[in-house]
This record gives sequence, C-alpha cells and structure tokens, in this order.
Amino acid sequence: MSADAGNKHAGAPVSARLGIWAFLATELLLFGGLFTAYTVFRISYPDLFHLQHLKLNRILGASNTVILLTSSLSMALAIAAIRQGQRKLMEIGVATTLFCGACFLGIKYLEWSEDFARGLFPRSNLFFGLYFVMTGLHGLHVILGMAVMVWLLIKGRQGVFSGDYNTPVEITGLYWHFVDIIWIYLFPLFYLVG
Amino acid sequence: MAAYRNYLLVWLALLVLTGATVAISYFELGLWNAGAALFIASVKGTLVALYFMHLRYEVKLVLGFAVFPLFILALLIVGTLMDNLFR
Repeated sequence: MSADAGNKHAGAPVSARLGIWAFLATELLLFGGLFTAYTVFRISYPDLFHLQHLKLNRILGASNTVILLTSSLSMALAIAAIRQGQRKLMEIGVATTLFCGACFLGIKYLEWSEDFARGLFPRSNLFFGLYFVMTGLHGLHVILGMAVMVWLLIKGRQGVFSGDYNTPVEITGLYWHFVDIIWIYLFPLFYLVG
Repeated sequence: MAAYRNYLLVWLALLVLTGATVAISYFELGLWNAGAALFIASVKGTLVALYFMHLRYEVKLVLGFAVFPLFILALLIVGTLMDNLFR
C-alpha cells in the first residue's frame, strides 16, 4: 500500500474526492432511512422477522456477497493499474467488475423469480416489503454503476485515461465500493439474522 | 506491485469474514447472532473503506466528509428508537 501513500495526489484531485464523498453522504442517509425502518420493525416484530428470513436462500445470498467483494477488488486493481499508466490492465479490471455486477443481478433475478413463484411479494408482510424495497434500491444502484462502467470502458478505449488523468475511474470506484458496503450490511440483516 | 498484493490480502480477509458470518448464522445464539453479524459486517465495511476506498491515506477534510454522515445516521436510528421504545 506504500505505493498508494506515495502518490496520494497522483489520483483524483481533492475537490473531486470531496464531491463524491458528499454525494455518498446523501446516499448513506437515503439507505439510512430504510435501515432505520428495518431496525424499528425488527425490534417490534422479532418473531415475524425470524420466521420470514428462513424463506430466503442463504447460499445464493452468500454467493452474491462473494461476487460483489470480488468486483470491488477488480475495481481497486483497475484504479491501481491506471495510476501507473497501465491502460490494458485497467480495462480488464473494469470489465471484470462489470461482469461481476451482471452475475450479481442475474442471481438477484433468480431469487426474486423464486420468491414471486412462491407467492412472496412486497405486500406479503413487513419483512418482505423491506426486503424487496432495500435490495431493489440497491439493485438500481448496481445497474447505475454498471452503466457508468460501460462509459468508462468506451472512454478507456478512446485513450482518455492515463497515469496523469484518471479521476472518473477513481470516482466511479468510490461509488462502487459504497454500493458494496451497503450490500455487506443487507446480506446479514436479511439472510442471516432476520 | 505492493498495492496489488495488499488489495488481494484485503479481499481474502473479506472472504474469510463472509465465511465466518455465514457459519455463525447456523448456530442458535439468540441476541448474539445479530451482534456477531453486525460486528463482522462493520469490520468488512471498515476494511473496504480504509483500503479499497483509500480512506487510510485520505486528507483530513475528505475523511471528515466520510465519517460525519455516520454520526447523522446514528442520530437518526437512536432518535427513532428512543421514540419507539419509550413512548
């Protein structure tokens, strides 16, 4: 990590980092409202939450956690690569992240289809209401992140990014890692401890 | 190269923690289940923020912008719970 410490200012300028962190603050509070709702209902109806959370597939949820963690790794590697001017390596990293995002959404699609087939809908009960809204909002964030990454790949092809200019890659990475952290909390709250 | 290796180590730690939290969930520990799951999730989130999001090497101003919202979130949750539990 000493390489990072050495060229702390070789990446995005402070203004850009400050901007994305301010945006992530609003995002945290957007999800924060839902996490608050979860906490209140979880404490009010512990039996309902325990009974309902057993209906979720723990293995699929864990697989999705591993997939998102891996996508965060490939994104971090992509940023480290472009900071050293390695364009090809950056493109491989971003493409891997994109692929992981698609796998995540694919598994989510399977899970939701199974839920619907078994008659579990957002209106079924409080637990599934929160489950669909929170994983749905998170899924929208994944889709948005993937759209930005397609744009990164197109710009990367055009040779826009280099060791001197890679702000969009780093900023997109910060957003992507944030979405990963949200999932890190959603996974145990819904699949493990309900 | 050192940066690449460290990212891989963080990723491995995250995978081990994921395995641990899934394993713990198969035991009936009552309230400790939720406590352990939240603790492990927080360790994982901190690892991602410190290393993948470079917060460990961030300047103080940006670090403040990253940490301050957590207090607002805590205020939101604790405040709502106060009302909910002691009404």
